[in-house]
Amino acid sequence: MDPQNLQSALSGKLGKSLLDYRVLNDKRVLMQVPKEHLIEAASLLYQNQRMRFITASAMEVVGGYEIIYHFSDDSSGLIVNLKVALEGEKAQVESLAPVFKSAEWIEREIGELFGIEFLNTPHKERFLLAEDWEAGQFPLRRSFKKKLEKN
Amino acid sequence: MGKRALISIGPYHPLQDEPEFFKLYCDGETVTEVVWEAGYNHRGIEKISESKTFEQVFFLVERICGICSTSHPFAYANCLESIPAVEIPLRARYIRSIVGELERIESHLLWAGLAGHFLGYNTVFMWAWKYREPILDMFEIISGNRNNYAMFTLGGVRRDIDDEKIAQIGKVLDDLMPKLELLKGAVMDDPVIHARTKGIGVLSREDILEYNAVGPTARASGVDIDVRRDDPYAAYDLVDWKVITAQTGDVFAKLEVRILEMCESVSIIRQCLDGLKKAGKGEIKAKVKDIPPGMGVGHHEAPRGEVFHFLKTDGSNSPVRHKVRAPSFVNIPTFRKSCVGQTISDAAITLAAVDPCYCCTERVINVYDRASGRKTMTGRDLIRLSQEKTERLKKGM
Repeated sequence: MDPQNLQSALSGKLGKSLLDYRVLNDKRVLMQVPKEHLIEAASLLYQNQRMRFITASAMEVVGGYEIIYHFSDDSSGLIVNLKVALEGEKAQVESLAPVFKSAEWIEREIGELFGIEFLNTPHKERFLLAEDWEAGQFPLRRSFKKKLEKN
Repeated sequence: MGKRALISIGPYHPLQDEPEFFKLYCDGETVTEVVWEAGYNHRGIEKISESKTFEQVFFLVERICGICSTSHPFAYANCLESIPAVEIPLRARYIRSIVGELERIESHLLWAGLAGHFLGYNTVFMWAWKYREPILDMFEIISGNRNNYAMFTLGGVRRDIDDEKIAQIGKVLDDLMPKLELLKGAVMDDPVIHARTKGIGVLSREDILEYNAVGPTARASGVDIDVRRDDPYAAYDLVDWKVITAQTGDVFAKLEVRILEMCESVSIIRQCLDGLKKAGKGEIKAKVKDIPPGMGVGHHEAPRGEVFHFLKTDGSNSPVRHKVRAPSFVNIPTFRKSCVGQTISDAAITLAAVDPCYCCTERVINVYDRASGRKTMTGRDLIRLSQEKTERLKKGM
């Protein structure tokens, strides 16, 4: 699969919800969809294009958060980066774990480190942070300040 | 649900570079559920990376894993160099592949030794680790270190491999091949090893695709993926080699894939050494001025599977965001499929079969009786159980 063929296949299905499609080089693509269309876009890549889900990277940006889901087409070496923007302090997005199981653990990690809520996720118990970690403290947020221990 | 025993594997041992905590729920001898908890020794490397320069991050990510310490710099280099599209000098490409493959051999030998130990074959353990030593010595000759080689840098490598070292590496490989053959014979033809590993911890092709597992874990179940071939980098598209796969998906298939992969690595290194000789003297590092604003992704086929790095840059000399995904992160969840339904005596080897970066010789394992809370079994006991099963099988043959 080359980037141009993938673009025509995706724009046919996603239409206007394909907000951006950038070919970074012949094996790297960055695309963006609104967060409401995340499941649709991820299913197209995972189920229709038979791509492998690698992982997801979350980051804090001005005015909210971004998550980039990375997919790999192992038959051609193409890596597709699917970006969604989440606005506001209380970021929420649909979980991809019902579509593919491998999303579960990385979503739990992002949820705990960035405080992004994944809706309809099958597992909500703590995965990475300690059991006695204070709720509402998200260590990878820029606003996170380590509380000094009281003597 | 009736009474179930909870077997805790973990939370962590200081020598494990990927500390993990598994809760095995058991009904009698049979494992009925596996729960994975992580983060017991979270080092915040992604956050630290944001405060380092791009050059310094090489040394930081090298310390993520102690066994495959060049895997992360390899993936990070592929990732970082994709942002300004750096052309790597030919010599550096060969040297990168040589280091990557030598590491694959030492890592697989380490795993083969541990697998032998779990099965009660301490001879295999001692052989495999003995054969691993010359590889580590070779690393010391090449880089000055037996581990954490610091060979990678932006645009190339930090040390050259001259003709004298090429001859030395060739000699080590010549000595290693008969030993690999011996190990192959010892593993492939032993009826007890067959009995202990065939049909154990089976992962089907569908399981792999569902959990998106990578590396030898995926290849042993007939999923033909390998980053070195699928998205070539360094010198992997300049040499002739093949991806090893097996079909049965059990522990034996994983053993087979790893042993045959070592032979393939020897072949890759020999071709790279020839390539180095032919390439003649030259640059080992491309000049890179700045890293422009943008994003990059890069991956490398580490001994355990694909290592993946993501970088977001803003034109300064540090990453804005650096995401690292180690192969064990996607391989470990497959325990839900491979362990459930197995007996406790097979749990040790099934958990070890994906090679989840256990570099310690002993793990903290306790069995608690749920009703009384009494400790009934330790990690040593679990390995002993596995070894006793092998003894029983041997006597029966």
